[in-house]
Amino acid sequence: MAAVRFSIYRYDPEQDQRARMQDYTLEHVGKDMMLLDALLELKKMDESLGFRRSCREGVCGSDAMSINGRNSLACITPLATLKQPVTLRPLPGRPVVRDLIVDMSQFYHQYREVKPYLTVHDPLPEVELSQSPQDREKLDGLYECILCACCSTACPSFWWNPDKFMGPAALLQAWRFLADSRDQDTDARLDALQGPYKLFRCHTIMSCVDVCPKGLNPTLAIGKIKDLMIKRSV
Amino acid sequence: MPIRKRKFDSLIIGAGGGGLRAALQLSRADAQVAVVSKVFPTRSHTVAAQGGVNAALANVSEDNWHWHMFDTIKGSDYLGDQDAIEYMCRAASRIVYELEHTGVPFSRLDNGRIYQRAFGGQSKHFGGEQATRTCAAADRTGHAILHSLYQQNIRAKTHFFDEYFAIDLIKDDAGYVLGALVMEIETGEPMLIEAKTTLLATGGAGQLYRTTTNALINTGDGMAMALRAGVPLQDMEFFQFHPTGIAGKGMLITEGVRGEGGYLINRDGERFMERYAPHAKDLASRDVVSRAIYIEIREGRGCGPDRDHVLLKVDHLGPEVIKKRLPGIRDLCLTFLHSDPIEKPIPVYPTAHYTMGGIPTNRYAQVVTPARHGPEEVVPGLYAAGECACVSVHGANRLGGNSLLDILVFGRAAANHIIDYLNESRYHRGLPDAGVQQAMARLERWDKKGDGETVDSVRAELTRVMEQHCGVFREQTMLDEGVKKVQELASRMQEVRLTDHSRIFNTARVEALELENLMDIALATVCSASARTESRGAHSRVDYPDRDDEHWLKHSLYFNDCSLDYKPVRMKPLTVDSFPPKARVY
Repeated sequence: MAAVRFSIYRYDPEQDQRARMQDYTLEHVGKDMMLLDALLELKKMDESLGFRRSCREGVCGSDAMSINGRNSLACITPLATLKQPVTLRPLPGRPVVRDLIVDMSQFYHQYREVKPYLTVHDPLPEVELSQSPQDREKLDGLYECILCACCSTACPSFWWNPDKFMGPAALLQAWRFLADSRDQDTDARLDALQGPYKLFRCHTIMSCVDVCPKGLNPTLAIGKIKDLMIKRSV
Repeated sequence: MPIRKRKFDSLIIGAGGGGLRAALQLSRADAQVAVVSKVFPTRSHTVAAQGGVNAALANVSEDNWHWHMFDTIKGSDYLGDQDAIEYMCRAASRIVYELEHTGVPFSRLDNGRIYQRAFGGQSKHFGGEQATRTCAAADRTGHAILHSLYQQNIRAKTHFFDEYFAIDLIKDDAGYVLGALVMEIETGEPMLIEAKTTLLATGGAGQLYRTTTNALINTGDGMAMALRAGVPLQDMEFFQFHPTGIAGKGMLITEGVRGEGGYLINRDGERFMERYAPHAKDLASRDVVSRAIYIEIREGRGCGPDRDHVLLKVDHLGPEVIKKRLPGIRDLCLTFLHSDPIEKPIPVYPTAHYTMGGIPTNRYAQVVTPARHGPEEVVPGLYAAGECACVSVHGANRLGGNSLLDILVFGRAAANHIIDYLNESRYHRGLPDAGVQQAMARLERWDKKGDGETVDSVRAELTRVMEQHCGVFREQTMLDEGVKKVQELASRMQEVRLTDHSRIFNTARVEALELENLMDIALATVCSASARTESRGAHSRVDYPDRDDEHWLKHSLYFNDCSLDYKPVRMKPLTVDSFPPKARVY
């Protein structure tokens, strides 16, 4: 592959009055290179370029960013599929700390808000809690979330009301525990999501589904929570 | 400006499975716990563990912790400490049940119990038929465990310092470890965390090697901190190469693939493991399988146009099994190879994977060092658990599925001991200024400006040297050259400079600090390897092809001044009979 051109969002709060786009060109691009590999090469040329990264294989969720206008993980995005110049920006709608690094605290706060942990009120047995393979299957497509924030930061409802709407990632986790046959906190979980904003601000725009790098479906999960809420109220 | 200071009962450095398991126990016991992690906790490398965690639950077929203990000792090539191994294998079932109660979405059997799969080196009746012992959540067991533990820590209100990098331990003249100097990555500001106990749970050092299954964060920070605090590193010559990393790229393909029935073939389509391990075949220990692949390739039976890898065949398992039991592996293949394992075999090659060695501890996870009165004197206030530690339950070669078990068992053991220690130690001892200044000097060194080599160029050279001089097969001349080359690189570190001296989220500075850590550990690894003139477990010497129990049934201890010492292996278990060394065949 020939050289690849990039246009990358740069912002160093210690030096820059405002953000700017910086052009880079990477020569000698390997055929199978992922975007993260390219970023690591660029960082060798310019060590001031800031981005998060760790596992390189799409399981840790560190390197989410806006890639040609679409949120995804750099490490599992093949460079060859991207139109040039490859335009990289931080995840939208979040305060930028530096370059491609955003402040994730609101996102994590929402995650904590849905009490994302199994709650069992009965005395625990000395062995495992029983769960049928069919019940366990209900967790597939839910527990795999890597908290990369691609979905929530692609959601218009989240952009307008980040302090009131829980966002798709947190709601997916809310459903992950509501759907777990072992969990005994259904009422409290549903009560906590009452009101016009926390859950019901989802307008099924489905940007979350579109961008999820793990192929998960938060919109479907949100729909199931709504169903359960309605079922409970009648 | 004075350095910010926080005070906790207990400090945990590292938020992988070991750190989080300990934190959960401590928070539930109402201790004030601070967890410092250089990444958000769920991004720690435990998240990448795939296959599962070993415990003799006997959900699929008869099983017994004692058989698991034997397998672990045999797997360790008799270098594991048998008291610690007995403790771990006995605790395993309870640990897994507890995990399940915290919410881990284990795969299930038809009767509602936890799904278990076959894994390498696991047998029934002390070396008999293959055991089915590895508890799995599809092929995302580490992810499931790490997220569940983090979630329960949210509930327990553990105090997290996310994206803080630990610089160095603080120690007083009496030898007590009293906390650590850390740096908030987002602001670049240093901070002191004072604590009565400090637990290192910082994981391994897979970034020593150019091709590795390990995440970029696995730079052995805790091991290097311990070295600088005067603690030796134990058994560092034993580095595991996983038989099945994706060839040329390094992504891990779990042993669970072979556990589910996949097998390796060479260019003739031969199932070659039958020749190397007639009984266990593809489920022999990892060191055995890695060497076999290496030999196949060296003898010209590798696959592909360059004959530089072998193939892992899975298509015969059928789409059902692959989609249900190995969905993550299928994703990895689709993403990185653009091929579907349902149709095409996976090209694999032995890849750097796991640091068996580490900070010496006893089975309570207390760090022990030869100080004045013997080889195993406790360092007061300092604990270590998981891959950064060396208990030693893995000895010369770790069994698959024992790593998740290790972090959970010893994370919990550490917390239990810390709770007792806190009850006895009512007051903080106060931080000594000298220790703080020394740690600050390490941080400030990177403010030096001027021309010099880059962090990246030295790191690239280091990983190449390690690959060439300290890989699967080793030999004296090659190792001695390796020692020289790493020493030379280490001396060049003085001249390395950063060009970016900004404060806010300066990842270049973090990488410089990581490289310093890697350098110390590289030296520990290659020096320890050069000294051990036998072949045992993952340490294969072509010039000394046999195990030599008479001279080498002992643990290496590497000190920061490049000197080596040794201590005996604890051959006596807690309650059962010792397993004496035997020839190791699979």
